[in-house]
Amino acid sequence: MAITQELDANAGASLRNKYAVVGVGETSYTRGGDPMTTRAMATIALRNAMQDAGLKPSEVDGMLSYSSGDSTFSPFIAGDLGIRLNFYMDVFGGGSSTEALVGIAIGIIEAGMCESVAIFRSMNGYSRVRIGGTGARSAVPIVAEQVHHRTYGWQSAGQMFAPSFMRHMYDYGTTPEQVAHVKVAHSQHASNNPKALYKQRVTVDDVVNSRMICKPLHLLDCCVETDNATAIIVTSAERARDLKQTPVLISGVVGRVSKPRVDMHYQHGPISTVAGAYGRDRLWRNAGVGPEDIDVTGSYDAFTFTTMLQLEDYGYCKKGEGGDYVSNGTTFLGGRRPNNTSGGHLCEGYTHGIAMVAENVRQLRREADDSCPIGHDGKRQHTYDHAEGGCRQVRDAELSANLGWAMPGTGSALVMRRGA
Amino acid sequence: MTSLNVDYLGMPLQVDDLDHENLAYFKHCAAHDFHLQKCDDCGLIRYPTTTACPWCASPKATWVPVEGKGAVHSYTEVHHAIQPAFKAHVPYLILLVDLDTQLGKPSEHEALRVAGNLMTADGQFAPPDLVAKVGIGSRMRMVFSDVADGIAIPQWTLDESAAQPAKPWRYPE
Repeated sequence: MAITQELDANAGASLRNKYAVVGVGETSYTRGGDPMTTRAMATIALRNAMQDAGLKPSEVDGMLSYSSGDSTFSPFIAGDLGIRLNFYMDVFGGGSSTEALVGIAIGIIEAGMCESVAIFRSMNGYSRVRIGGTGARSAVPIVAEQVHHRTYGWQSAGQMFAPSFMRHMYDYGTTPEQVAHVKVAHSQHASNNPKALYKQRVTVDDVVNSRMICKPLHLLDCCVETDNATAIIVTSAERARDLKQTPVLISGVVGRVSKPRVDMHYQHGPISTVAGAYGRDRLWRNAGVGPEDIDVTGSYDAFTFTTMLQLEDYGYCKKGEGGDYVSNGTTFLGGRRPNNTSGGHLCEGYTHGIAMVAENVRQLRREADDSCPIGHDGKRQHTYDHAEGGCRQVRDAELSANLGWAMPGTGSALVMRRGA
Repeated sequence: MTSLNVDYLGMPLQVDDLDHENLAYFKHCAAHDFHLQKCDDCGLIRYPTTTACPWCASPKATWVPVEGKGAVHSYTEVHHAIQPAFKAHVPYLILLVDLDTQLGKPSEHEALRVAGNLMTADGQFAPPDLVAKVGIGSRMRMVFSDVADGIAIPQWTLDESAAQPAKPWRYPE
């Protein structure tokens, strides 16, 4: 199938804006200290999301989670919170999961299998299963398909993705300094996010002068490893109107769209093109809007380069111009379309993509949890002064896009709209 | 066939006795004779090993000799090793080499892109001065790292007999 797809223009429209994200919650991001189990963290994150939504445990009856064999399971969390489930499923996966599970949540509610679905990811990404692959995971036997990559010291996410990043530099002249702006932007955003683990603003020089991990990735091109659980709750737009928060409607979703030969995606090029190029026609068709309509984006910034490649391939700029797009000010707070206003995985913390969805829900409610004062009505009084330690709310945010990433060959995406 | 359970650079490397495709792959490598599966129905060669043909889904294939020559399509240079076994070898290169065989087939952007590390001609990890010479476009030939009976690892070295690009593309220093 060609990258540009012939699609039925009306398919996907019937469920557009019929479902909503009504609750978000998380635990704090930690590295060290006194860590908790994934079960304890997921329980707290989901309780926070229910409180945020104004839902009682008896009003949540579906649950989805994802992990890489490193986490707890839905039945434990439901039991701990007194939730009786009509549906649950715990799936294998990483950064392409949240958006895909939002699509599944819509499907199972639409099928009458349950009424509301909690989605969570809980991980000891620092204190137990290090997401960078160091520690115990680095020395387990090389088995099965791994004989064709781990044998070559080709194992961590950075090592596995790097050939795509390097080829993009070769194909289009993308520079390390251009891409470093992703970290610069996200660090500025994180400085206005009290939840963020790394709040210090950095410069392009800081990024390109940090030590090399594997070319083209310096230390500051790579995300942070943390312990965290984050949860979101999906239900119908009709039910959402009776709940506590301004509903955030789900306009369109694509899940785990893949390049050809996803078993070993480098066999089919161009390798500087990622799965977003295959997903974008379906995403924007489903959402009924285009990339130019979006006010705030959420990229999967496991690395600076993943952000650049995704924004480019979902259509925010012409192919090959991602280096310019991420360095010309557009993606910074105060720019036309800020990206990862929480600081993302590069600065806030790492929970396999779900936190960027929670952030965009808060942005579309216009209640980003920054340091702006809370008024008599209980709502945050945003100043829109994005200086360090200040406001991180995007003014008049109506539409957001989240771009999930498992690897260059697989991605997911979600468009959300502020509801009435 | 019997399983492989060997030590490579201090890492356990295991191929299950049920994994007929990878056992056959490494058996040919052990003889320093690179073979890949060629589909009996559509005639296309594939890498890595699979049970069916990625282009026509046929399960019928024959192992055929494939010349281990090509050009670097992309690479990374690892300075911070994750696996303990590689810490002694940094900086090391991970190469994706487009084989000359079947280049650009069945479509423009497809190739048999075979992974490997940059080695010396006698199969040792390349020293830093050799690492600095290799980039996108460099002409490579396959060498093998012997591991144990029944298994050798296919690897890459600069092809001394080939015309090399004047300046292969490398990450800017």
